[in-house]
Amino acid sequence: MSAEHGTGTVATALGTLAPGFRDFLVGAGIVVVAGTVLLVLSRRASPTHRRQAALVGRYLLLVVLAVIVLFPLYITVVDSLLQPDQVVAKPPILFPTHPQWSSYATAWTQGHLGRYLLNSFVVTGVIVVGELVTSIAAAYAFAFLRFPFRKTLFVVFLATMMVPVEVTFLTNLNTVVSLGWYNTYFGLTIPFLATGFGAFLVRQAFLGLPGDLRDAAELDGANHWQFLREVALPVARPAVAALGIFSFFSAFGQYLWPLIVTKDDRLRTVTIGLKFLANSQLNNFNVIFAGTVLAALPLFILLVVFEKQLVRGLTAGAVKG
Amino acid sequence: MGRVALTRVTKRFGEVTAVSDITLEVEDQEFLVLLGPSGCGKSTVLRLIAGLESPTDGSIEIGDRVVNGVEPKERDVAMVFQSYALYPQMTARRNIEFPLKNQRTPKLERARRVEEVAETLELTEVLDRRPAQMSGGQRQRVALARAIVRRPEAFLMDEPLSNLDAKLRTQTRTELIELQRRLATTVVYVTHDQVEGMTMGHRVAVMENGVIQQVGAPTEIYDHPANLFVAGFIGNPPMNVLTGLPTSEDGRLAIETPGGGIPLTAPQQDAVRRSGATQVAVGVRPEHIRLDEDGPLRASVAVIEALGYENHVVCRLEDGQQVIVRLRAEVAAPREGDKVHLGAEPRRLHLFDATTGARIGT
Repeated sequence: MSAEHGTGTVATALGTLAPGFRDFLVGAGIVVVAGTVLLVLSRRASPTHRRQAALVGRYLLLVVLAVIVLFPLYITVVDSLLQPDQVVAKPPILFPTHPQWSSYATAWTQGHLGRYLLNSFVVTGVIVVGELVTSIAAAYAFAFLRFPFRKTLFVVFLATMMVPVEVTFLTNLNTVVSLGWYNTYFGLTIPFLATGFGAFLVRQAFLGLPGDLRDAAELDGANHWQFLREVALPVARPAVAALGIFSFFSAFGQYLWPLIVTKDDRLRTVTIGLKFLANSQLNNFNVIFAGTVLAALPLFILLVVFEKQLVRGLTAGAVKG
Repeated sequence: MGRVALTRVTKRFGEVTAVSDITLEVEDQEFLVLLGPSGCGKSTVLRLIAGLESPTDGSIEIGDRVVNGVEPKERDVAMVFQSYALYPQMTARRNIEFPLKNQRTPKLERARRVEEVAETLELTEVLDRRPAQMSGGQRQRVALARAIVRRPEAFLMDEPLSNLDAKLRTQTRTELIELQRRLATTVVYVTHDQVEGMTMGHRVAVMENGVIQQVGAPTEIYDHPANLFVAGFIGNPPMNVLTGLPTSEDGRLAIETPGGGIPLTAPQQDAVRRSGATQVAVGVRPEHIRLDEDGPLRASVAVIEALGYENHVVCRLEDGQQVIVRLRAEVAAPREGDKVHLGAEPRRLHLFDATTGARIGT
């Protein structure tokens, strides 16, 4: 695609956007450019100025990125507090002058969000605990034990990471149905209790353990359980925490599998509950948005609490501690 | 009984032979140093004794039993690692306590023994700190404490001082010797540092290429090195070695070297003849060479290294080979560039077969 053509496309795309959003994008673009220019220019200035300019430039960029990420969340909260007809008003309303808190009550009671959230937490909790246990056990075996076909088996574990979920979907469904787990908590959780990714992640953390520590523990008379609990796991804690959090978010956000493997409303999770809520409240966008906020709130709280662990898990091993 | 004995032990890793047919006995309460350059197999010997590796061949005894098939934790030995191998997430107290906990020692007894060891090693202050919050010296002592607290039959130490700075190393060296004498336990100590080897061990076993070259008291190894390797490895500055052909003149045998002919005593001449060596390496320690106008070797002074308490006179023979002479500071040193003659008392000469490296005579 030629550059001219590309610019034309961008212009056309911008033209089709709502004026308010277009202005926002243009403004954001200007701030990004300004920030970048500041960062580049700052390399030539005196050290003090350089540091200040770089700081300002960096913060400008961060502010824009933060706005881009947070704006949809903000709009969700705002829209949940508006009247139904205000939600679709043009230009969009960016601040609720008369917040309508009743939408939350409606979403909670009419959408049965309490039950759905409980289901989500039960299912997610079982999956997280199960995945952690199986990952740690498998990782321990792959990292510390010697047994026939160890490498081959590990490659097989890794290979499962390359297979998209959709490929195994029908097979899993068949298995679950034939085991009589259709429309049960078993069906919702058991297929996700072990993952190649989890075993891989924890194994890498275990392998980072110095060989001397293993030898020392062996001489100090630690058995497998003592070594795992007192030496290996504490060292691998960032990776295990990160796995737990990832596992939580992916389990909580599941939609297709819980939808297909359950038929009973009692068993359905909050992601499906939201879809039902949307279907039943076709024109009450504020209620749908309120439900969304309620469903996302637990995740948001968890994110704030575990943010440090999450980042540490992602960067673990990048810098020697 | 903290005796450790290896009988004809060999360890191969695939094609590589790390330890070759080693026989070594460490007596109860003995401090034995395994000394050698890196990669000579000394650490492997230690790991074999610990049970972290199993021998390809031969038998290992600790106390009165053969331990070949015995798990490391059942061997009743404790090891101090070069890296200290402290558990990073545990405080010093929990590190020291760990082996006792695994043995299911009662809690009170455990606490008492930890306190006791901590006091001996002056660790009481840092018991609640983690390794990351301690100095190198403190970490080293925690590693030592973790070994001592078990009261094992034998201690295995793998270069425990090499991560300390020079001053602390000297100090800790002395403390380790004192500690060993006080605890009266068997120690097998691995190092590549000849000073540690000479000062710490009751006996030293010098290793190279997976083979023990010589075992003996430090002075014995210094005064009577069994071969060229040991002669060159022990001593600083190293022994001067000149290689030449044994030549006979009027029935008297001398070694013809690039600097001149070196005369031998009658027993030395006999020994050289009996050995049948075609090339002979003559070794002389720097402190045994004299600047002597009647000396047989002609050389010129290249550099004088003044250390304050002594001078190292670095000389060069005609062919460029280096000979170091060690002079006490009180003795007047020559000037750089001077032509000198070098000599030594014949009984101070060490003779080796230059081809095999083996010592000739006593």
